[in-house]
Amino acid sequence: MGDIWDILPGLGDKLAAHVVLSASAIGLAMLIALPLAVWASRSAIVSRLALSLASLVQTIPALALLALFFPLLLSLRAVFGPGLPTLGFLPALMALTLYALLPILRNAVTAQANLDPGVLEAADGVGMTRWQKLVLVEAPLSAPFIMAGIRTASVWTIGAATLATTIGQPSLGDPIFAGLQTQNWALVLAGCLVSAGLALVADWLLWWIERGIDERKRWKWAAALLAVVAGVAAALASQSGSDERRIVIASKQFSEQYILAQLIGARLEAAGYAVEYRDGLGSAVVHSAVAASSIDISVDYTGTIWTNYLNRTDNPGREAMYETIRDWELRENKVRVLGRLGFENAYAFAMRQDRSAELGVTSLADLAAVAPRLTVGGDPEFFERPEWINVRDAYGLRFARSRNFAPTFMYNALASGEADVISAYTSDGRIAADKLVVLADPEGALPSYDAMLMLSPRIAQNKGVIAALEPLIGAISVEAMREANLAVDREDAGKRTPKQAAQELAKKAGL
Amino acid sequence: MDLRAPLLRFDSVICRFGEVTAVGASGAGVSCAIAAGSFVALVGASGSGKSTLLKTVNTLVSPSEGRVLFGGEDVAGLPPARLRRRVGYVFQSIGLFPHFSVAENIAIGPRLTGDKLPPARIAELLALVELDPALASRMPDELSGGQRQRVGVARALAGEPELLIMDEPFGALDPLTRAALGNTVRELHTRLGLTTVMVTHDMAEALLLADRVLVMDKGALVADATPQALLAGAGGAVAQRLVAVPREQAERLAAMESLGEGSGEERG
Repeated sequence: MGDIWDILPGLGDKLAAHVVLSASAIGLAMLIALPLAVWASRSAIVSRLALSLASLVQTIPALALLALFFPLLLSLRAVFGPGLPTLGFLPALMALTLYALLPILRNAVTAQANLDPGVLEAADGVGMTRWQKLVLVEAPLSAPFIMAGIRTASVWTIGAATLATTIGQPSLGDPIFAGLQTQNWALVLAGCLVSAGLALVADWLLWWIERGIDERKRWKWAAALLAVVAGVAAALASQSGSDERRIVIASKQFSEQYILAQLIGARLEAAGYAVEYRDGLGSAVVHSAVAASSIDISVDYTGTIWTNYLNRTDNPGREAMYETIRDWELRENKVRVLGRLGFENAYAFAMRQDRSAELGVTSLADLAAVAPRLTVGGDPEFFERPEWINVRDAYGLRFARSRNFAPTFMYNALASGEADVISAYTSDGRIAADKLVVLADPEGALPSYDAMLMLSPRIAQNKGVIAALEPLIGAISVEAMREANLAVDREDAGKRTPKQAAQELAKKAGL
Repeated sequence: MDLRAPLLRFDSVICRFGEVTAVGASGAGVSCAIAAGSFVALVGASGSGKSTLLKTVNTLVSPSEGRVLFGGEDVAGLPPARLRRRVGYVFQSIGLFPHFSVAENIAIGPRLTGDKLPPARIAELLALVELDPALASRMPDELSGGQRQRVGVARALAGEPELLIMDEPFGALDPLTRAALGNTVRELHTRLGLTTVMVTHDMAEALLLADRVLVMDKGALVADATPQALLAGAGGAVAQRLVAVPREQAERLAAMESLGEGSGEERG
């Protein structure tokens, strides 16, 4: 774990982005919650409505709330035009703001409700207007409680902001998600440490403000407030240097994507481009983001596009499928499919060698006979995908149980016996490393999954980018990809970071 | 005293809260004039409408029907901040602002109308209510209950009001403090030439402090007499029931006293 100390200094950018995002969300939540609390204190209906809505939002898991803003903003483009960002800062800000509302609102409303009625009568009795009463009496007396609410909101928001990674907003979640996918625990721990540290510091500073207000010591709350402002300003300043014309490369939540993103990024950097990585994005988010030019480059797979976006269930063969997709992307989304990288990352069913021998299963047809006694493991989206439904119906597969695992943990589940058969990926290095048996597909129910290089409309005609990336087309064999994936996923001394693996892969591919 | 023009006048005042009629239950409304310089006690049982009637003066309650005239003007037409500076308000729960010092509490009324009270004036007001001027920098939670209500009175007097209205001002105080503060207020009333209306449920307090006692029952004004007249049996049944309580207490105390003297004689 000594690596943590090497990782921490590199997290400055993520920390700054995290601070700016969290502070903006809390600030915006205050701007909404405080006037709403004043209104709620004058109307029981508003009070009930606002508090129930805020509580309702709180019951939505933060991850889902973040993800929901993507389709919402996408549909809002009909109103605001195509310039409306659908990924990154805006949706993250909106989701986190909603999340931060409840504690601030609830404390503010409670504080107002618990004000001494005698003091309020005195405020009227000495002739205060509504506004004077609010500013001179209600606000200062409620302030310590409201600050306590803001503290709670800050700690929640700083924690939840790590999830902004999944919708393409850089944050301290980047090292956490990247580390989880590549089983690099030092990276996970570093991200957690910095984000927990940030939450503690924010909580401590806000506690000083709260105490300062409560004890009516101006220097105390002013100094703490100054520290908060200085911290946010420093984070903002360090961010504003960012170049608007960078090329954004996406990766989904598995090792191969991280490696390929690094490989693409390295080539573009060598060609003089500034690049930015959006790691750990949800699969559905990536495709729309490229079409929207929120992201410039991604690696996607023919089978994914075929079923998810063309809504096709037939299987016309590998070449026809690719050509149809290429033309469709250009026509419908103005997305340029530059070409295929040369390997497939298809779904395949894999079993441990001993289990396969024991049960006498070597193909999906064999599997159908014993499936009712077995547990099948799949990645979180697998059991919703048409491929699974195709295969299930083609072979009449009925399992005793199906379980979801993050792709990285699926193989561990197979090894430990928590799953008897898993939906593996053909480019996965662990198929060879774990000596797994890939079950044959005699009916041809599983479509092909050629890896393709996708360019957003923004850079579709960019000659420099195309020149830098064209050598990748057809250059990566499935063996080379498996090796690189294994290097990242393995736990022993041979473990590589995605960046190192990308360098080795480039060498192997003769680039 | 009767020769002076009335400073305050209730003109057929009715106050309704939904189904409940708190003031003017008889349907006729409450009418009554209060002369400048008088000390009037408004007495009645809980729920008799006395506090509601009092609060129509500084418009904390607006009458459903009728008018309240202050110095000849309808209070409904006066800007509340100006009106409330001219009408000092003291009430049972005191309502000192806990985040203001004693001095800031006292100075709040004038501050709202743009005047800044100098420290000398704060000291003068504290002295008026028999408090040490050194308390000016204290916070309310450092004071005793009696001291707090004295600050409450000082706050009510800070704007140099013509009228002082008090709603059970001594209700939450212990009997010693209560008696002392009552005397202080009575002295201030005379010294500053105030007109004072005090709501209380304690007839003894009313008889001892006021020079005119109004009795309310079920939202109606049922008696209007001087303390002397009330003690002489005027004012009707409701008023006499209220007078009977302190009178009986006084008689029993006197009897106990004479009995005590008798037994002392026996021992001697």
